[in-house]
Amino acid sequence: MKQKRSLLERAAAVPHMLWAVLFIIGPLLFVLYFAFTDTKGEFSFSNIELLSSYSHIFFLSICFSLVATAFCLLIGYPLAFVMSRAKPSTQKLLTVLLMLPMWISLLIRTYSLMTLLDNGGLVNSLLTSMGLAPVTIVGTGGAVILGMIYDFLPYMVLPIYTSMSKLDGRYLEAAADLGCNGFQTLFRVILPLTVPGIVSGVTMVFVPSISTFYISQKLGGGNFDLIGDTIERQFKFTSTYHVGAALSLVMMILILISIAVMNRFSDSDGEDMPI
Amino acid sequence: MKKTVTVCLLLALLLMLIPQLASCKKGGVTTLYVYNWGEYISDGSEGTMDVNAAFEEWYFDTYGERVEVNYSTYSSNEDMYAKLSSGASEYDIVIPSDYMIARMIEEELLRPLDFSNIPNSVYIDLEAMFGAEAPYYDPTQSYSVPYTYGTIGIIYNKTMVDEADLGSWDIMWNEKYTGNILQFNNSRDAFATALFKLGYSVNTDSEAEWQEALALLKSQKPIVQGYVMDEIFNKMENGSAAIAPYYAGDFFTMYGDNEDLGFFYPSEGTNVFVDAMCIPTTSKNPEIAERYINFMLSKEAAIANAEYMCYASPNRLVTEDADYRAAMEELHPDAMEILYGTGEMRLEFYENLPEQKLMMLSHLWEDLKIESPINTSIIVMAGVIAGGLCTAFVFFAIRRYRRKKLLVRLWQ
Amino acid sequence: MKILSRTYMWVVFALLYAPILVLVIFSFNDGGSLASYTGFSFRWYGELFHDSVALQSLKNSLFLAVSSSLLATLIGTFAALGLDRMRNRYVKGAVNAVTNIPMMNPDIVTGVSLMLLFVAVGGILGLSEILGRWTMLMAHTTFSLPYVILSVLPRFRQFDRTLREAALDLGCTPWQSFYKVELPAILPGVFSGLVMAFTLSLDDFVISHFVSSPDFQTLPLYIYNQTAHNVKYSMYALCTLIIFTILALLLVINFAGSIGKRRKEGAK
Repeated sequence: MKQKRSLLERAAAVPHMLWAVLFIIGPLLFVLYFAFTDTKGEFSFSNIELLSSYSHIFFLSICFSLVATAFCLLIGYPLAFVMSRAKPSTQKLLTVLLMLPMWISLLIRTYSLMTLLDNGGLVNSLLTSMGLAPVTIVGTGGAVILGMIYDFLPYMVLPIYTSMSKLDGRYLEAAADLGCNGFQTLFRVILPLTVPGIVSGVTMVFVPSISTFYISQKLGGGNFDLIGDTIERQFKFTSTYHVGAALSLVMMILILISIAVMNRFSDSDGEDMPI
Repeated sequence: MKKTVTVCLLLALLLMLIPQLASCKKGGVTTLYVYNWGEYISDGSEGTMDVNAAFEEWYFDTYGERVEVNYSTYSSNEDMYAKLSSGASEYDIVIPSDYMIARMIEEELLRPLDFSNIPNSVYIDLEAMFGAEAPYYDPTQSYSVPYTYGTIGIIYNKTMVDEADLGSWDIMWNEKYTGNILQFNNSRDAFATALFKLGYSVNTDSEAEWQEALALLKSQKPIVQGYVMDEIFNKMENGSAAIAPYYAGDFFTMYGDNEDLGFFYPSEGTNVFVDAMCIPTTSKNPEIAERYINFMLSKEAAIANAEYMCYASPNRLVTEDADYRAAMEELHPDAMEILYGTGEMRLEFYENLPEQKLMMLSHLWEDLKIESPINTSIIVMAGVIAGGLCTAFVFFAIRRYRRKKLLVRLWQ
Repeated sequence: MKILSRTYMWVVFALLYAPILVLVIFSFNDGGSLASYTGFSFRWYGELFHDSVALQSLKNSLFLAVSSSLLATLIGTFAALGLDRMRNRYVKGAVNAVTNIPMMNPDIVTGVSLMLLFVAVGGILGLSEILGRWTMLMAHTTFSLPYVILSVLPRFRQFDRTLREAALDLGCTPWQSFYKVELPAILPGVFSGLVMAFTLSLDDFVISHFVSSPDFQTLPLYIYNQTAHNVKYSMYALCTLIIFTILALLLVINFAGSIGKRRKEGAK
């Protein structure tokens, strides 16, 4: 029986559709429009051509966020594993501990990290009081990466932890029974089963770190312009919206491609599983 | 159905009423809209004088009318200009800097002042500030009354910097202090440091000179800790940086928190600015505004402001006051010398650059900002990771292909 | 092995919390410096409550979070209803895809694109001062909408359709059956969507950075401006208060559920 839908049911999604057209599609069309016009409003490729002078910014951003993501995975994966093996009551506390930094504003966390690492900060005054030479951290590329790792680590751990805690303990027992040693269990059982967690963790770290501007401004001292900084400057300081729109467009495409690649990873392993 | 209609009507009524409620004025009270820089007036915090409240009281006592000061702040000349030129605002007092005053006079955004309402303007001592010549931004001195002025110098940390290196802009390019130098994070000021070092004018017409300055700034980039503005306060106060160019008045604030800090004017010359009180053409109460300006020049208010901000005051009532001098010298032994001893130096205003030159400057700045120091280790690491990813991808692809073949064979 | 892994875990957590803890501790510092601790005091908290700009931004933040989360929940709940009943697969897919865009896009792109829209529309209407309270409201509603839909839609999917038919058979009008039978069942989803929209709006910095003006500052924008200027130490007090509020909220959300469960088990 085909049930007749009431007017309410037919019309319920209309406000949202209107909203989405106005505030999701509309703005993206404006990005497109601005990216392909010059300041006089005429169609031109000049902004896109100008992007070639920004190529090394893209390269640098990709390098920085790749390294930060890799470190997050290296640190976060074992952490998620240890967490998932803890007692259930401890696990609950640990999740809260993990989620608290995610809820605290990124500004606060980045800024407090900066004050800690600054030349006159606590770390360096500790070093000097122990008779060691102080180290300059803030203003270097390493500091930017450190900031990314620190800020986004919880975003890596949480999804991996979720997929680990769903993992049936009997798999591990079975693997052990079948003669797997620790490493084999890890690589042949746990790792393939947690790929979805890894993929979403990697996405959740990579995307914000490639588009960040606050971290590089505070911890990099403005010495390392990443894509985010460059876009922010076009819109907040120099008011060169057209170049900014072109930069945003390219970044968006870049991120969509990387997300697609990432999802392909999880798909291909999904097919592997049954055999 | 009826209910919905009534509710809708009520809502519509309410919406119509809201703006009217907001604009409703209390009987007999005029509002004076003052638009000033942030933290640029003595506001009654920590036992100082609340200048705006004092004005309201003084005005009522003198003229028997109630005036309410609506005080809001901006953080750059450009913000203020955008707001004012949009025409949507109705400010009675604005306090732009020199080059912005020139631009606003040119665009007829400011009205000439009636100095009969500002008798205290006789205390303004232009000669002590800039010598005999009238400042370029308002040659006839008919649109503006100076509020404060100041100069840029170099602040340094005595524990980290050798005495011998002081004296010139060169210190900002001294590799001995790699990682401890701060540079301005705005094009005009940053380029000025390089132009002064090169001995050029900060308003130079020659593109080659700007390019030279850019090259100099690029060479400075690897030794700079960061491009910052007001973060300089914290960085200098807690010893995170050794050398930073900034305004003389702000040096005293930093010195209050860290007595290791020193200050000098580079011998090549430096930039000077004036912030002056003006009345926009859109003002509805110019007379009250003029009285406000006059009040700001009165002894108590001017001293309170000068002590609060620590910038140089153009007002003779302030500079000749013994208490003020004592208070400043308590702040820093050389305070009076640093603030008011600039008469002999080569001082240069920022002039209002033409549109085309501003564009060029913004391009040069972009050039500087996007140049990044090469960080080999990070690039190598990223390369290794990318390589690893590719291998993993190929590996999985091959494995899947083999398994498929195996499946097919098993099927057969 | 177990000790090793435990230590590893706690070391990572300690590193994760070290900067935050330092911030909290120094908010109670009597002196105005991060380099030395000179004694316990509530001085900065006192100053915070006299900082009119901070209080105004708190007000703005709350206004914005309440209004945008209510608006997003209203639109989002109806959207979820509509999506659940939608028969045309292509329209449904398209709507879903568009809805997900703000979640996939980096915040900066969302912020920049909205800013372009507002500025361009402002240019057409001749409003050069368009950015502010209302553009913030629109932007915040836009980025929290997908999260509301995401938390309400599954509730509709799980809802037993026969219940609705039963209600209709028993003489309810479609509106009544929705209002009396279906709405109570999806309410938990609506509520969690509301909470999520509220916190997202309260926390957002990047998008607000682009679509607001200096006249309308929210707490994150206030903190940003503070860290870009001469930081007043009362900001540490503000951050500490925010951190403890969030901690309390998280504890309530995570442990209130288990207490409720225990009580139910006890009743058995």
